[in-house]
Amino acid sequence: MAHGDTVPMPEAQARRAGGIASLLRSQMRNIAPFLTLIFLTAFFAVASPSFATLDNVGNILTQVSVTGIIAVGLTFVILCAEIDLSIAAIANVTGIAVAYFTLQESYVNIANVPMPGFAAILLALALCALLGVVNAFGLTVIGIPSFIMTLAMMQIAAGISAMLVRGQIAYKVPPLITTLGSGSIAGIPWIVIVAALMLLLGHLVLTYTRFGRYVYMVGGNREAAEYSGLNVKLILGSVMVISAVCSGIGGMLGVAHFGSAQQNEFDTYLLDSIAAVVVGGTSLFGGRGGIGNTIVGLFVLGVLNNGLDHVNIDSFLKILIRGLILLAALVINVYAQRLRAKAAD
Amino acid sequence: MSDSRPPLLELQDITKSFGGVTALRGVDFTLRPGEIHGLVGENGAGKSTLMKIIAGVHTGFSGRFLLDGREVHFNSARDARAAGIAMVHQELSVAPDLTVAENVFLGNQPTNALGIVQWRRMAREAAEQLKRLGIDADPMSRLGDLPIGLQQLIEIARVLFSGARIIILDEPTSALSPPEVERLFAALRKLREQGTGIIFISHFIEDILLISDEVTVFRNGRKIMETRAADTSKAALIEAMIGKGRDALEDSYTHDITLPAPPTDKPVVVEADRLSLARNLKQVSFSVYAGEVLGIYGFMGCGQLELARILFGKLAPDAGQLRVSGEPNRFKSTADARRAGIAFVPESRRDMLFLQEPVYKNVSISILDRINAVLLKPARERALAERQVEQLQIRPADVEIDLGLLSGGNQQKVALAKWLSHPPRLLVLCEPTRGMDVGAKSDVIQIVRQLRDKGIAVIVMSTEPETVLSLADRVIVLKRGEVVREFAGETISKDRLLEAA
Repeated sequence: MAHGDTVPMPEAQARRAGGIASLLRSQMRNIAPFLTLIFLTAFFAVASPSFATLDNVGNILTQVSVTGIIAVGLTFVILCAEIDLSIAAIANVTGIAVAYFTLQESYVNIANVPMPGFAAILLALALCALLGVVNAFGLTVIGIPSFIMTLAMMQIAAGISAMLVRGQIAYKVPPLITTLGSGSIAGIPWIVIVAALMLLLGHLVLTYTRFGRYVYMVGGNREAAEYSGLNVKLILGSVMVISAVCSGIGGMLGVAHFGSAQQNEFDTYLLDSIAAVVVGGTSLFGGRGGIGNTIVGLFVLGVLNNGLDHVNIDSFLKILIRGLILLAALVINVYAQRLRAKAAD
Repeated sequence: MSDSRPPLLELQDITKSFGGVTALRGVDFTLRPGEIHGLVGENGAGKSTLMKIIAGVHTGFSGRFLLDGREVHFNSARDARAAGIAMVHQELSVAPDLTVAENVFLGNQPTNALGIVQWRRMAREAAEQLKRLGIDADPMSRLGDLPIGLQQLIEIARVLFSGARIIILDEPTSALSPPEVERLFAALRKLREQGTGIIFISHFIEDILLISDEVTVFRNGRKIMETRAADTSKAALIEAMIGKGRDALEDSYTHDITLPAPPTDKPVVVEADRLSLARNLKQVSFSVYAGEVLGIYGFMGCGQLELARILFGKLAPDAGQLRVSGEPNRFKSTADARRAGIAFVPESRRDMLFLQEPVYKNVSISILDRINAVLLKPARERALAERQVEQLQIRPADVEIDLGLLSGGNQQKVALAKWLSHPPRLLVLCEPTRGMDVGAKSDVIQIVRQLRDKGIAVIVMSTEPETVLSLADRVIVLKRGEVVREFAGETISKDRLLEAA
């Protein structure tokens, strides 16, 4: 699963490029995250007897599911060499919206527009898609850099969330969402299945569709994509909408998973999702990486977060360690770009 | 000006090679104080190499370099600047977001004892200097807000008033309007009176004859001729530049070529109707017929690059209309142009190729939607790419290899190949043979001819007369954004082409 998205390098090509050393160098962005994952897993398995249990594997899978759903869309964005900082805020507002359109218990003191479950879900999806379209419009038509545009959207989405809940907490969401977010089938949580299916879908789109190829080409050389007659703006706009919709789905299921919808509930998911994509080895410069990398990145973060709980470490030190791991991943990410350029010489 | 004064700058027997290619062979060059020395020669004749040696950019060469009669060795452009040598390069190198005054004093702002920039003094002095060039610009306005010609003049002003004793100007007039050229020349003459030595490189022979005292002609890395400007003519200079009747190697393009009559019986594929774009293009009109190669020739900055980008939907014209098969068309994106059957290969290969992707992905990128609306069909992509690789004889013949591993000529063929699996109606090529060896060049020429014979309309844009002459059935000449001449159904030669531009 780790290298699922990378096209295997044909032997002849490896030979020409200078043998095994060159192959390793050019594949560094795929190898390094995978080694990190193996190292962390081995470390925690030795350090704590409760880590390497089947139960705990289930825990880790569940813990990374919401991040995983959000990270699918973000992978598309980062492959295009753009960024989306509004993912967590859009997840939050979509989760709140679906609760807003669901009848709450009488003790919940919240403005509430009850609707049938399917309508609530569709309206919530429409909301996140709309916010994604606004991101796309700002980026491609007006020309605002995605970093700034999505920073503004982060505030806008947080603002809508605040207006809807006004400091209160809602609990009810449509039954379908409740099931997918907190139910399980044959012992497997539905949210893990949804995350796996969305990751698979993202992988299929990136690997086997024309749109997926365009995403890689736009990320690899935007000017060349334009001179090849691709509609670059349409592709960039599409990835922003995909990112917003994935965030929205993650937000709805997350609300069901946590059992409540409230302000600032998803704040940590912004950094976690970006970290998962980048730690996994998808290039911040675009054009390299994919869902396979994101999956490895998710597990690196999941194992790290979960493992640090098992080894009884100072919870403040945990934050620092996460920061250091992210920094190391960034160094590898930038370094891998250079190594690959060298290997191509 | 008398020849008894010691020369400001003297180069003796300069030879410079890059790899195995000799760019300059045994060149002597002398610049006297108070002299404007015009330099002409074709692209690649060695002018720029010589100037870069003088400006300290190129340091490894053989021969003697004397400044005021004393031999010097520059290790960098910094050394040359310290010795009073300044150069204005062909491409603008200004800071558009800084003010006019900051640009005039770039890297040299007046400061007080504490190192604080003295804004008022800087603005006042900048205004004074610009006035000497006849420029009336607010020194505190943002440079990028001014027209390009004015920006160019301000960059020149920076160098002219930097106190340099030797000033090199590389194509300074290509972006200037006639009154701006006048102002520049007036300023150069004033500097000449003060004893500054000026080297003036230009493709515009009229400008050279108007401003220079001496003129030197380069060809193939050699100095061919040095003469007083008053004693020569445009025709004589062009003849010396292209070596008519003397250089057997080049004679294929110095003879007359008879162009076929325009195929007016064939349909017009694309018609440009009074296209205008800012300062770059003025009411440019032309038609291109199916099955012909239209050459568009002009010097750097003549508007070719902008025209090509309008044809491919990358730029929108300010005025005028583009008609494709008779229908007015306003491309919103390059994708619109591609769907209308227009293909484009820009002057810089890197701008249209994915060097880190395999050859087959580069070849198939523009036709993926014709293979399948949604899904990729890698087997078909590879098959299509393999056919192109075979037809165009791309080496190595391996479609899986990363494109970056191919040679420049083969990369250029891939750039063409991406448009050939589904032939376009109009193919726009910018500098299609630039920097290629002879073999790759003739391959590209063959490919273009075959496409033409299949009924595709081709536009070839180049600043090299040979490229246009070797490919075109009909030629139009662009000069400062305007069509100044069309050659059709008549004899044409390199000197006639150069004279028209």
